[in-house]
Amino acid sequence: MSEMSQWITFLLIGLGTFAVRLSFIEFYTVLRIPPLFRRALAYVPASVLAALVLPAVVFPDRHADFDWMNPQIPAAILAGLVAWRTRSTLLTLGVGMGALWALKHWGL
Amino acid sequence: MPYPSATQAFRQGAHSVLPLTSGVVPFGLITGVTAIGMGLSPADAIGMTLLFYSGSAQMVVMQLMQSGALPVTMVVTALVINLRFLMYSASLAPHLSHLPRRHKWPMAYLLSDQSFALCSLKMSSGELGRFAFHYYAGTAITMWFGWNLSVLAGMYLGAGIPEDWSLGFAIPLSFLALLIPSIRNRATLGAALTGGVLAVLAVGLPYNLGLLAGALGGIIAGLTLENLQKTKAVQPVADEHIEQDA
Repeated sequence: MSEMSQWITFLLIGLGTFAVRLSFIEFYTVLRIPPLFRRALAYVPASVLAALVLPAVVFPDRHADFDWMNPQIPAAILAGLVAWRTRSTLLTLGVGMGALWALKHWGL
Repeated sequence: MPYPSATQAFRQGAHSVLPLTSGVVPFGLITGVTAIGMGLSPADAIGMTLLFYSGSAQMVVMQLMQSGALPVTMVVTALVINLRFLMYSASLAPHLSHLPRRHKWPMAYLLSDQSFALCSLKMSSGELGRFAFHYYAGTAITMWFGWNLSVLAGMYLGAGIPEDWSLGFAIPLSFLALLIPSIRNRATLGAALTGGVLAVLAVGLPYNLGLLAGALGGIIAGLTLENLQKTKAVQPVADEHIEQDA
């Protein structure tokens, strides 16, 4: 991606995000969220985040085949349990990275 | 309790958001480390951080840049992730929309998950009194500094980290830390499972379209499950049996 098109992309995302944040604050009196859309919004975080996490864990290299021995899978399961029990970003990152390093180091 | 002065409301807002700010520091550090690690120049990384002011969108766009996605996929994905701000904007609008533009626009730019979480309840209960705006500004400005300074710190650290530390794995891990708390009931669990599995199956699609397919499928699954549960709720006797089965 060229430097120019990269900055145009960043600018579009920045402006779009600002427009989303401003939307109802600016047009409070005229805008109403359709009920179905409001309900759909509630499922955006879970769907999008899961669609980001799972492929990135299962396929460390996007062009490789599925591999059960990929150490990222047990590391992510462990990190998921930590996230569930503690709700701590820091511990989730620490345990997940630690598990991955340990698995790679000892070739398990 | 209404605050006696604007300064006090601002200070109280800044004070109550501090624990939440410390929660985004690791995410900010990882964002900075990743930006430098993937070869972005410091100017690009800082520009991106300031323009987006959204960690998850920034992480996603960086991941998409690495996998060679089309710019249009990046814009659409980032905006889909940031659609939640629509909900926040709607919920804070009754309390911010009367302000002059020179206040309203900066406050909209500064809208974050954390400020929303702190302010939405307090504003609608009316407990903040007439200095609600100043309380919000206190939370929002503190968050802004906390986020940008931690990304900056991460950028300095990132330059010195060797590649075989597999720091790329920190991106899915940080999303995992956000994903788990977003699963609050069966419908959100269904949305996450559908979204994740679809995205894995569709990983071969060009331009990372698998991500959009997964997200859309997950949202539809969530809505469908919600509808099914509502139908069940109409028949309370049948509902009990299903609860036990599950």
